[in-house]
Amino acid sequence: MKILKNKFNILLSFIFILFAQNIYAVESKDPIKLTLHDWTGQLITTNIMAEVLKEAGYNVELVPADYIAQFAGLQTGDLHVAMEMWETTGRDAIDEYTADGRVVNVGTTGMDAIEEWWYPSYMKEKCPGLPNWEALNDCAEAFSTPETSPKGRYLGGPVTWGGYDDERVEALGLDWEVIHAGTDGALFGELESAYQRKAPIMLWVYAPHWAPSKYDGEFVEFPPYTTECYTDPSWGINKNAAYDCGKPRGPIWKVASSMLKDKWPGAYDAVEAFTLDSNEMGNLVAAVDLDGNTVEAVVAEWMANNKDRWGNWIK
Amino acid sequence: MRKTKISNKIIFISLTFLTLLLYWYGKEIANYFDSKWLVKYPKHYSFPFAIYTTTFVKWLINEANFLLFTFNDLTRLFAWIIEQPYKIVLAIFSKGILRGQGQDAIQIIEPLSWISVVGIFFTLALYTKDKFLIILVVLSIVYLAVFDQWQSSMITLSSIIIAVPIGVILGILFGILSYKSKILEKIITPILDLMQTVPVFAYLVPILVMFGFGPVSALIATIIYAMPPMVRTTLLALNNIDPQLKESGLMSGCTERQLMWKVLIPVSKPTLLIGVNQVIMLSLNMVIIASMIGAGGLGYDVLASLRRLDIGGGIESGIAIVVIAIALDRLSQSFANLPTLSKKTQLTFYNKYKKIIFLLLYIISIYILGYFFTFFKFFPNELMINTSLFWEELVKYININYFDNLESFKITLLTFFMLPIKKFFLGIPWPWFIFVLTIIGWYFGKFKLALLCLVMSIFIVTTGLWEKAMITLYLCGSSVIIASIIGIPLGVWAGLNDRANKILTAFIDTLQTLPSFVYLIPVVMLFRVGDFTAMIAVILYALAPAVRYTAHGVRNINSQIIEAALISGCSQRQLLFKIKLPLALPEILLGINQTIMLALSMLVITALVGTRDLGQEVYIGLTKADIGRGLVAGLCVAFISIIADRIIKAGSNKLKNKYGIK
Repeated sequence: MKILKNKFNILLSFIFILFAQNIYAVESKDPIKLTLHDWTGQLITTNIMAEVLKEAGYNVELVPADYIAQFAGLQTGDLHVAMEMWETTGRDAIDEYTADGRVVNVGTTGMDAIEEWWYPSYMKEKCPGLPNWEALNDCAEAFSTPETSPKGRYLGGPVTWGGYDDERVEALGLDWEVIHAGTDGALFGELESAYQRKAPIMLWVYAPHWAPSKYDGEFVEFPPYTTECYTDPSWGINKNAAYDCGKPRGPIWKVASSMLKDKWPGAYDAVEAFTLDSNEMGNLVAAVDLDGNTVEAVVAEWMANNKDRWGNWIK
Repeated sequence: MRKTKISNKIIFISLTFLTLLLYWYGKEIANYFDSKWLVKYPKHYSFPFAIYTTTFVKWLINEANFLLFTFNDLTRLFAWIIEQPYKIVLAIFSKGILRGQGQDAIQIIEPLSWISVVGIFFTLALYTKDKFLIILVVLSIVYLAVFDQWQSSMITLSSIIIAVPIGVILGILFGILSYKSKILEKIITPILDLMQTVPVFAYLVPILVMFGFGPVSALIATIIYAMPPMVRTTLLALNNIDPQLKESGLMSGCTERQLMWKVLIPVSKPTLLIGVNQVIMLSLNMVIIASMIGAGGLGYDVLASLRRLDIGGGIESGIAIVVIAIALDRLSQSFANLPTLSKKTQLTFYNKYKKIIFLLLYIISIYILGYFFTFFKFFPNELMINTSLFWEELVKYININYFDNLESFKITLLTFFMLPIKKFFLGIPWPWFIFVLTIIGWYFGKFKLALLCLVMSIFIVTTGLWEKAMITLYLCGSSVIIASIIGIPLGVWAGLNDRANKILTAFIDTLQTLPSFVYLIPVVMLFRVGDFTAMIAVILYALAPAVRYTAHGVRNINSQIIEAALISGCSQRQLLFKIKLPLALPEILLGINQTIMLALSMLVITALVGTRDLGQEVYIGLTKADIGRGLVAGLCVAFISIIADRIIKAGSNKLKNKYGIK
């Protein structure tokens, strides 16, 4: 009987050791999967992160995935890290999926998204009052098309991006009509077309993006955003309506599957430590989209020049 | 008999009249009676289908279990089974055989080089003994290498190589099942309708959650989308088999199984092939959407180049998809048309497998050569062609020089054609619309069809999506009208003239497989964001069946009838307008029916250029990860197409009976 009990104890301690090893062993060599989307900035941030993790000895795999659809994968642990979730366009998805803790917000990338009404510089001749928003009404006709005339035509982002442009037009009493493009491609397709013809255009542009570096132009200056402006009608110029100001500038977040922290705690810390700033990003994007370098080359150069910075992330 | 005809006419005229009246004065009438609900269905009466759907799907995925295993285990097992053959094919064509995972992986054996793949396709084409086909296939594969699409193409090709056989086999099996049992047929048919008509975007998120993120989910979505035509053609083929044949099979002592596989299936091969062709085409249609959920490949390239506004890059990758589609399609067609080999046992092993042995030797020697010359491994960069600049300049040239002309053309069409249609659909009070629809259902299909129309349209109203549904009808309606105006004459031409037929077929195949994302951006550049742009995209995509079915209808008219007409002194013109066209009408109607289906399936994509219809609703559901919202809007789209389909099919059958064609 005693022997039996002893054996049982030994077995128990074996089991314990096995488990203990699982907990304290070197972090898993399974590949950490980072998602790639279809815009250059995100490809760059993700590739930098991947290179850094490789330097730290992790096994990394890059998987192309859709911006929103990827959340299903993050939730189940099929995917692990998504490097760019914009406050402005990804808020709903972040809230939806972080609710039960299976997806976690790993903090900001250090980049801030700017989103605002934007026009090419050549329009300044036709509308000298810009970039002040009060000039918008005087030049509405200059920005009109046959369908919207005499109102100005403003090409807004996809409905899903939010942005409250319809409300803004209403609140500021602008003689403008908001047309929603369905996608990023359509938005910049129209800009390219108008720019080639030097035709009038006013549209939603965001940064960091290659467009503000490729095309010469400016953002319209609305009354600056405050939280009260969106929530409190009595704030601002129009005492009876909210949204009488510009758009907020939101951070770009990093999100990860909760599995990341459990399985690769060191990698989680590295992702958390990752930061870049918006200007730096703008330059990197331009190096790829405008100068025709490959993403890999630009990332390699960045890695070589910033050893100290990323060295600190993986300490 | 005559009396009912006249009364039908009276009903028809008075209905039209009342509809027009309501369209003009609908708002005034509603205001007069102070009942706005007539024009706009009140929001608080709408039933929250979306929320219930979301809850149900979440329960299914997170909690449902069958005692021993959860629902999720089941779907994951399924995914694992499909993943294994995919991994093998991917290793052969793209990744090579690897040890380890991620960047630690070491390549043990390299994937087939481009020259070897050319060799494989060349050998396959040799079996058909068709010189033209051999050249076509080889050129197609070389295109992929020359235009720097190799890597992505092989990923796409691997997924097609897996998806198509699975789709075909499952399709045939389900087809046989529903042939054998009427009850199963009754269950399967509506499921097929939904599979074909619910937009893929609507079920993308649930599939991802069930089957995991990656190529497998993409494969499953592809199979769901591409399989239905195979089931339908199998059923059709089996039902059309001469019963005498079946009897003679039974008399000669076939077992049930032998009868099916040795007699019925071989006999219906030509029809089955049409199904295979559709599976290939539809699978390639899914390439773009598949790339959004981790399939990578050519679809990802198309999306990425659009993001950069690299029109040329998008076109090159898009054409790569077309080229693969056409090569695979033509190969499968001519394989099927090969005379079935009578067993020649006297052939020696060498003679029988000569080609395969040569191919293997060839591949091995390419491997060996690859160690010494990189040319045999990778297509040299210096020889690659890049046409990006050309396309960009072309669009720029048109844009700068012709934008104003295009603009005035657009405005004319908008004001005189599209806007009146839009006003019409949005102006009619919904109760009246449902009433008329039900009457139409009654006229064509009696009680059953009327009930279907009634129930489905009431579903749409109660979801609160009526207005969006009407915008959907308006967009599809205008597109289908124009597509028919262009497509039917082209189809007649193709039906009368063999050479025209060849050219048009190639043209249509291209239009159907070229991802619409490729031409969406140039069209936006020339016509701006809006309904007009959406309409052009829909027309380009939905044109194909109008042409194809019309050509088929004109071609397949009983030759005795034509002879009789010629003998009785018809001129060519009379022959066409009095004999051929009326007789082809049922077929043409089916073509229009298919055009409507395709137009509806394009809706989600037109949401990308800013339409405000059900497609947009599905798209919002996707981008906001709202499973219920997407699925419910998707169901509404499905119901619209099912109603249209049933009414037109009933109409076509009526015509067929009238002309006495079977």
